Amino acid sequence: MTTNHEPILELRNVSTHYGPIQVLRNVDVELYQGEIICLLGGNASGKTTTLKTILGYVVPSDGEVRLDGEKVSGLSTKELVVRGISMVPENRRLFKRMTVRENLNMGSYLRTDKDGIAEDLEGVFKLFPRAKERLNQRAGTLSGGEQQMVAVGRALMARPKVLLMDEPSMGLAPILVAQNFEIIQQINEAGVTVFMVEQNANMALSIADRGYVLQTGQIVLSDTAEGLLANPAMKKAYLGELD
Amino acid sequence: MTTATVGKKRASRLNFTNLFRWVVGSVAVVVIFYGSIKSVASGRLSWAQWRDLMVFGVAQGSVYALIAMGYTMVYGVLRFINFAHGEVFMSGAMIGYFVADALNRAGIWNEQPVVSLLIVLLVSMTTATSIAVILERVAYRPLRGAPRLIPLITSIGASFTLQYLFRGLFGAGTKAYPPMAAIQGKWIIFGIPILKSQVIVIGSAIVVMAGLYLFVEKTKTGRSMRAVAEDPETAALMGINVDGTIVKVFAVGGAMAGVAGALWTLVFPTVNFFSGFLPGIKAFTAAVLGGIGNIFGAMLGGVSLGMFESVGPSLVLGGYEVPAFNQLKDVVAFSALVLVLIFRPTGILGERLAQERG
Repeated sequence: MTTNHEPILELRNVSTHYGPIQVLRNVDVELYQGEIICLLGGNASGKTTTLKTILGYVVPSDGEVRLDGEKVSGLSTKELVVRGISMVPENRRLFKRMTVRENLNMGSYLRTDKDGIAEDLEGVFKLFPRAKERLNQRAGTLSGGEQQMVAVGRALMARPKVLLMDEPSMGLAPILVAQNFEIIQQINEAGVTVFMVEQNANMALSIADRGYVLQTGQIVLSDTAEGLLANPAMKKAYLGELD
Repeated sequence: MTTATVGKKRASRLNFTNLFRWVVGSVAVVVIFYGSIKSVASGRLSWAQWRDLMVFGVAQGSVYALIAMGYTMVYGVLRFINFAHGEVFMSGAMIGYFVADALNRAGIWNEQPVVSLLIVLLVSMTTATSIAVILERVAYRPLRGAPRLIPLITSIGASFTLQYLFRGLFGAGTKAYPPMAAIQGKWIIFGIPILKSQVIVIGSAIVVMAGLYLFVEKTKTGRSMRAVAEDPETAALMGINVDGTIVKVFAVGGAMAGVAGALWTLVFPTVNFFSGFLPGIKAFTAAVLGGIGNIFGAMLGGVSLGMFESVGPSLVLGGYEVPAFNQLKDVVAFSALVLVLIFRPTGILGERLAQERG
């Protein structure tokens, strides 16, 4: 963790509204190069909205999102993808009627560097040999675990600096969840900063550097992963331990 | 709808819907078979005449299929029916007429038939594409995100607006394309004499639709269209400009309607401000028949509809000595739609689509 640098991605005092309803209240989040940061919170606490705000789906009504020290809130999603943010959406959201290959190609939609794309495709195959076996199969016919792989591979094909993950373990069998978190670590070791939203707090914190806890749109807790795991309030609310 | 599917339906629980389907299906099958057998046995039409009816059906059906592309592709990305699409088709044929007329006066029309037809085709495509794109920009884009009924009603309004705009600009009279000597008569294709105009229509439609298929399946733009059709939000996540892609879909649909407009006038060489209405409704029917949102379905639906309305009246109605059965082709076409929808509410190829959407 290199806190003396400027954060690679930063939410500075961000508030977001859907019409008259305020979803995020003065949210501050900082991600430093090479970190895995985990955003925890119950249902409807604003986790997904946080990701949507980062990606420009929703424009913050107050505050700003900064990437590499530059204000990026207000830019289009397209512009943000070009600048190096990509996302694995909740429930994977593959293009089910397209083949695995086409799905991966969609990830590199905005890129024109053919050699780089081919290189990254090889990288994805190394990470997910199964994806290579199923290249010409329709994504809708894959199992949940395979779909997760393709969704991660698709996001990596944009060659992101920051990878956003919305509930990566949702709907996966326990063994796949563990595998999935290993993959996230591998991706992180390759130099990608990871920001994940997760309900499975124990698992997520086991690989994260730091975590934030969101409650009704406000950051109520922010600490190192170890700190959060040891925090009694956390244990009660999110880690499923009864006292 | 064969007796086999009807039998399968009966095997499931016999509720009112299934009973209704079974009765309607049996009656339809009996009526169609009995009528067909009687009219074939009566020998009123020779084999060559049946064949000509079929070829005509395919020709007309392939024009329906081309127009249906616009309905089905727009439905694919926006989930709404653009009822002004028939007018897009008419606009191409209408402006094409003025060009054809000018070419005729300049003496080029019959001197250089191939060049003339290509010019008319290009003009028709350009006009229809422009109208479709303007329509999207002016009438539909401001309504993005509104309840689905609203753009639907708007499209009906747009349809009238375009009709009466063209009426105002060019008058209500029917305009006749100048006759072209080069496309009169027949060519022998595989030993079958077929009207030259029909050969051109069918051939061009096949080429254009094959091109469209390759475009949608193989190009990056086509892929972005499919992505937006399947999941606009995720498509945006990939960096696809969703609004831009929707414009392209309208443009492609318009271009197809433009080709259809030019081809239609080879078979029916007249056009007026109202000419888009019936072909538009028929093409919409074809799109629904084949399974709306599905490009292959639109092709299949178009050709099937063309065949139904060309062969159907003589084959089925002729058998019952219905007076003036040749003028009842619209009845046959829409009855076919009703029957298909009773048994397959999603259209011929629609089910696969619905299943995959989950």
